[in-house]
Amino acid sequence: MEKVFFIIIASLSVAAALSVVAQRNTLYSAFSLIGLFGCLAVAYITLQAHLIAAIQVIVYAGAIMVLFVFVIMLLNIREEELRVDRNRLLIFSVPLGGLLFGLIYFGLKNFKIDEIKGAPVGTSEAIGQGLFSKYLLPFEVTSILILLAIVGSVVLARREKDGDIEDIEDDEQVVKVSMAEKSKVEETKE
Amino acid sequence: MLGLFLDSSTPIFGYLPIVLLLLVATAFPLIALAIGKVFRRSVFDRTKLSAYECGNDPVGDARERISIRYYLIAMLFLVFDVETIFLFPWAITYDQLGLFGLVEMFLFIGILVVGYYYAWRKGTLNWV
Amino acid sequence: MLTTDILIEWLVKIGVVFFILMTAIAYVVLLERRLLGFIQMRLGPNRVGPFGLLQPLADGLKFLFKEDIVPLEADKALYVLAPMIALVPALMTISVIPFGDKIVILGREIALHITSVNVGLLVVFALTSLGVYGIALAGWSSNSKYSLMGGLRSSAQLISYELALSLSVVGVIIFSGSLDLVEVVKQQNSFWLGFIPKWNIFTQPIGFLIFLIAAIAETNRVPFDLPEAETELVAGFHTEYSSMKFAMFFIAEYANMVTASSMATLLFLGGWYGPFVDKFPLLGPIYFSLKILFFLFLYIWLRGTLPRFRYDQLMRFGWKFLIPVALANVVLVAGLALLIY
Repeated sequence: MEKVFFIIIASLSVAAALSVVAQRNTLYSAFSLIGLFGCLAVAYITLQAHLIAAIQVIVYAGAIMVLFVFVIMLLNIREEELRVDRNRLLIFSVPLGGLLFGLIYFGLKNFKIDEIKGAPVGTSEAIGQGLFSKYLLPFEVTSILILLAIVGSVVLARREKDGDIEDIEDDEQVVKVSMAEKSKVEETKE
Repeated sequence: MLGLFLDSSTPIFGYLPIVLLLLVATAFPLIALAIGKVFRRSVFDRTKLSAYECGNDPVGDARERISIRYYLIAMLFLVFDVETIFLFPWAITYDQLGLFGLVEMFLFIGILVVGYYYAWRKGTLNWV
Repeated sequence: MLTTDILIEWLVKIGVVFFILMTAIAYVVLLERRLLGFIQMRLGPNRVGPFGLLQPLADGLKFLFKEDIVPLEADKALYVLAPMIALVPALMTISVIPFGDKIVILGREIALHITSVNVGLLVVFALTSLGVYGIALAGWSSNSKYSLMGGLRSSAQLISYELALSLSVVGVIIFSGSLDLVEVVKQQNSFWLGFIPKWNIFTQPIGFLIFLIAAIAETNRVPFDLPEAETELVAGFHTEYSSMKFAMFFIAEYANMVTASSMATLLFLGGWYGPFVDKFPLLGPIYFSLKILFFLFLYIWLRGTLPRFRYDQLMRFGWKFLIPVALANVVLVAGLALLIY
């Protein structure tokens, strides 16, 4: 009867996914996406992939979506600015959507559900053992990837005048500098 | 009553009480709100329903564009969160890995400390 | 097959634990007001019932009768949803927290936790990481400047200290070798030299301090209560909230405090273990409650003692001190574990 549970989770996921696309307000879309991640986490649990389920919530719902929500708030696009000609976009979206469905169809055509039987791969122990034996190199390379991500995010969000911020090590000093400037201004006033 | 059909050996079994508690925890505020609706009085008044701004009428819209620092913090958080999550499976299997695991994780953390130092030097971690 | 027996056991457990949690939250609020009163050389609320013991009931009734204001400019749906998003995950964390070993009631062996899952620790982290949305959403949907500022500050603070929080726990997992909270506690059962309990606080005091500091910041309490910062932001993200919706944020905050205290107890203070607990399992929940009470007292004591951080100090402390120390602690504990085993 696990099928019943799966059908409930699957239909909830699809509903959430549709809501992501259909919502006018970007923030509503973002929250539908969080709901979708929650449903996917439950789906992972039914596959005994407990760690992946937890990561799905902690990293995707808890970290990536925070970034999304901040970006939405940062840009703060009004709804009226978002009104685009939907018919014109259909020219691109229909063929691309068709292509995606084709890929999924041919990808899964010869897939048999029995193939995934065996020891669960998504538990914490399985992932821990896998990471430090078979996938050791990809794991270490991941750290370089994360390093690049850090550098990228620092460079992306850098402001022009940040060039000299390296000289000012401490926030306290900044306050002191501005205080000194302030007293100078006051002196000239007098 | 779906739970009645689930075998105790299914992976989802131990998580069912969490789902039950989700239902209880969701029902609690809904019921509280519904009870409140019966008792409280509600008088419409435009001034009362305006946003609080120290007694003055609110000026403009509150949803201004926010500082880029929040975005930067969220970005750094995301990156370090991914790093932290890798530590959990490592910690679980640590007793089997031994010195080898320590060296490997030392490498992993070491590379990331370089990135952390870079962000520090570039002043990204400052909030001024 | 899942029998009706197990379902009833679950429902009874959920009912009992939920009731105890709610009562505990109500009385922690009273305890806080009375203790703060004593710290500030006054009496605190003592009029409703003996020693003010019926005060929480009066407060609850007052919340019900208060007018529920939704600002005209607010995004109505999200405005109503925000306190629920804050409250529901905060209440759900109790489901994986064990508060004792097995006991026998009416010839039936009952484990003293709602459920035990093998990633229990991560379930708690996952649920607390969702709490940030309630706050961010409350700030944004109210369409008030103070709310937005408070909401943003609070979310940035929560995510910054979440890193240190998760890093400080890694050391504990190295020793327990499991993410199951019951296993984490059971690993702390034995003694060194026959009388020093094997609590994690003794092997990793640095980790414990980092966890404690980060947990206080995560629950938005003094000295990290920047999101509320009543002197500059009125009341932060819940400026516009009133009545039951405000009460939800309030309950969520105290539920988070109880969760943080329980986690500190489970991870570092040996959970339900104490003298004679092997012979009388019923003592378990009592020791557990006492240890939680200690942390709750600490929360209140800090609130009565410390001033609030400035926001740049808070961020600097989190990013430039706690995270590097937490990382160093992970390496240190890993090295220590190698020496012991």
